[in-house]
Amino acid sequence: MKTYTFRIRRFNPEKDTESHWEEYTVEMESMERVLDGLIRIKETQDGSLTFRRSCAHGICGSCAMKINGKNALACQSLIKEMPETITIEPLQAFPVIKDLVVDMEPFFEKNEEVLPYLINDEPPPERERLQSPEEQQRVLESITCIMCGSCTSSCPVFWSDPKYLGPSALLKAYRFIFDSRDRAQDERLKRILHEHGLWRCHSIYNCVEVCPKEIDITSHIIRLKRLALRKRLIKIQTKKNSNIEY
Amino acid sequence: MNRLHQYDVVIIGSGLAGLRAALEASNHGNVAVISKLYPTRSHSTAAQGGIAAALGNEEPDSPEWHFYDTTKGSDYLGDQDAIEVMCEDAIRTVIELEHMGVPFSRTPEGRIAQRRFGGHTREFGAAPVRRACYSADRTGHAIVFALYEQCQLRGVRFFPEFHVLDIVVEDGRCHGVVAMEIPTGQIHAFSTKATVVASGGYGRVFKTTSNAIATTGDCLSILFNRGVPLEDMEFFQFHPTGLYGLGILITEGARGEGGILINGKGERFMERYAPTIKDLAPRDMVSRAILNEIREGRGIDGRDFVYLDLTGIPKQILQERLPEISTFSKIYLGIDPSESPIPVLPTAHYAMGGIPTDVDARVLSNERGDTIEGLYAAGECACVSVHGANRLGCNSLLDTVVFGRRAGKAIAECLREADYGRITNEVVERAIVEIENIINSRGDTRVGSIRAEMQKEMMEHCSVFRTEEGLKKTIEILTELKKASKNIQLHDRTKRFNTELLEAIELRHLLNLADVIARSALQRTESRGAHYREDFPERDDKNWLKHTFAFKEGDSIEFRYRPVKITRFQPEERKY
Repeated sequence: MKTYTFRIRRFNPEKDTESHWEEYTVEMESMERVLDGLIRIKETQDGSLTFRRSCAHGICGSCAMKINGKNALACQSLIKEMPETITIEPLQAFPVIKDLVVDMEPFFEKNEEVLPYLINDEPPPERERLQSPEEQQRVLESITCIMCGSCTSSCPVFWSDPKYLGPSALLKAYRFIFDSRDRAQDERLKRILHEHGLWRCHSIYNCVEVCPKEIDITSHIIRLKRLALRKRLIKIQTKKNSNIEY
Repeated sequence: MNRLHQYDVVIIGSGLAGLRAALEASNHGNVAVISKLYPTRSHSTAAQGGIAAALGNEEPDSPEWHFYDTTKGSDYLGDQDAIEVMCEDAIRTVIELEHMGVPFSRTPEGRIAQRRFGGHTREFGAAPVRRACYSADRTGHAIVFALYEQCQLRGVRFFPEFHVLDIVVEDGRCHGVVAMEIPTGQIHAFSTKATVVASGGYGRVFKTTSNAIATTGDCLSILFNRGVPLEDMEFFQFHPTGLYGLGILITEGARGEGGILINGKGERFMERYAPTIKDLAPRDMVSRAILNEIREGRGIDGRDFVYLDLTGIPKQILQERLPEISTFSKIYLGIDPSESPIPVLPTAHYAMGGIPTDVDARVLSNERGDTIEGLYAAGECACVSVHGANRLGCNSLLDTVVFGRRAGKAIAECLREADYGRITNEVVERAIVEIENIINSRGDTRVGSIRAEMQKEMMEHCSVFRTEEGLKKTIEILTELKKASKNIQLHDRTKRFNTELLEAIELRHLLNLADVIARSALQRTESRGAHYREDFPERDDKNWLKHTFAFKEGDSIEFRYRPVKITRFQPEERKY
């Protein structure tokens, strides 16, 4: 057992005018996670501490938060890798509902823009549509996304442009555009080629650094850009009032 | 201000059963899905290993063998008419999921890949068969996303982060649902023609569980309090391979790909317990075998765990087919499963029992088979019963999708005739008063301490091994804890996103269900499937080849019984 200080940014708009820091001292075992600490604080010290959690093993995506300045899942952040004072804040750039709970609605809505479902109007065969392991390999990494929001919340482009689709929605677009069974590639590409879309990604790689599923999101976005170039679906704003289409 | 909504169909729960029901019902009327989590956070996403269907893509297989295995796996308590429906529909179901976009892993020919799983055999038990269709070890996640995406396409309305407070069952029909919008604390009433309960399991009654923190069985408890019976609640599955100390699941697919269990003497002990299919025996048997090895001093270094050894599986196979479990073994235990064995212990995993339904997901009001108008249930919260006393791996995903769809189809009939339900002010008021009572209660106990005591007690006396003495003690303690739960104190008295309040509500439901489980276990004086009574170690078909129906009678429970439907396979001794 070792003692840790949890320094948590708290805010309940029902009674606070602005956010403030609170500190809690907790005894933790070395194999425990940051989420265990939050649960212990809630159970034994302050029942009003509010955070989302569910599966507690990195598959549901509920407990994404900023831990020591970096977005992560609390259930995957091991105590033994933490400094003695652990600083915890809500995901950046999303509106705070209460304490560590942010409004995810705008984040989920962005996904809907990219037609996030398989589109194939050809009459389905009696059995499965065939897909080679190689074809499957192309989308394999992208399908592991759990939509925790860590990526989009860490993206500086999103900080400055809240309308930007963001890494998560672009990854979702990739997931279908590169699925050999999908037939709406062009339509979907057009959906992401706008002033808050694909070309706003400046390859900063913050998303890749924080993704709890270790998805190389930026590389996926780069593949989308290459495809858009190949299809000559590029529209870059160079100067005011002049759009050059390639 | 309370909000009133009117929908033809309201579905509670956005896991696999709920989403599949929503998709089907959207063909027939307007549909809303209420869920206490965001849909993509449902616990179905944690399902790892696969979905069973006799596709025969990798070797010969048949729905009839699947039917036999499921019946035998259920220790002959499963209703064979329902099992047949499920197994016959499995192939169509999986193909349909593939057409919806589920990214199944593939064979070199591009077909859906299949692997071995516990209790699934060819030729009526001759040898293990490749029947589990999988998407690496993220099968649940892959299917939840595909179904959610299809629901979005169809314009299904979602109410995420709504906590159900009441399911209004009055005068023999279901009128709708009362729920709290979690972010604001506002109360909403949903008047419906049909309500589908697809709220999942309740593994959080136990200390060590693979289940998410949100799986607290609220809706089962609500319905039980409303007079709906609960069926076969004594049957709770412990999955053999939970990560030691954490309970996080390591899929049976790990043994399907060649992993083996090893005791402290380095023996592959399952050879002794199930000589034919060894480590791929059904979960009830493997869990008992592990705990037996530990009891007899053959745990690792004499301690309370055994090893799951995956070092014999080629690294490439581990990477391709079991990446998720490889990753979290590394994260949580610092163990690379390609190099070292993983310490494991059984973990509470799946409720076979639940809300009794017929094969079209209509909820039964009694053991005679009468139904409740406008009320349907599917998935883990329901008991059709296709799993009987013990579920086979990969049959739960199949169950959710098959019976979710059937609920959606059955609703079409209901919608033609039914009117919208009537939710009175009194009903809504009662829900509000209950919440206010919890918020304003000035007791001296904390929710967390009561919950921890319940979970510890259920683990000690009501898990894999049970005795009359232990169960009686559990029931006594639960009675005390129920009293204590009325004397709690909250720190958070605000309306907005009050998770402390939600935990207090969930605690009441958990205690309610724990009590039903313990009392159901006490009255069944035999051992069958996952229910093992050390004082009655034999299966007793003469007296107990029947389903338990538990009814709430004041503070007590009345038990009645429903015969098992046996159509094709007569009960035999269960050997593997």
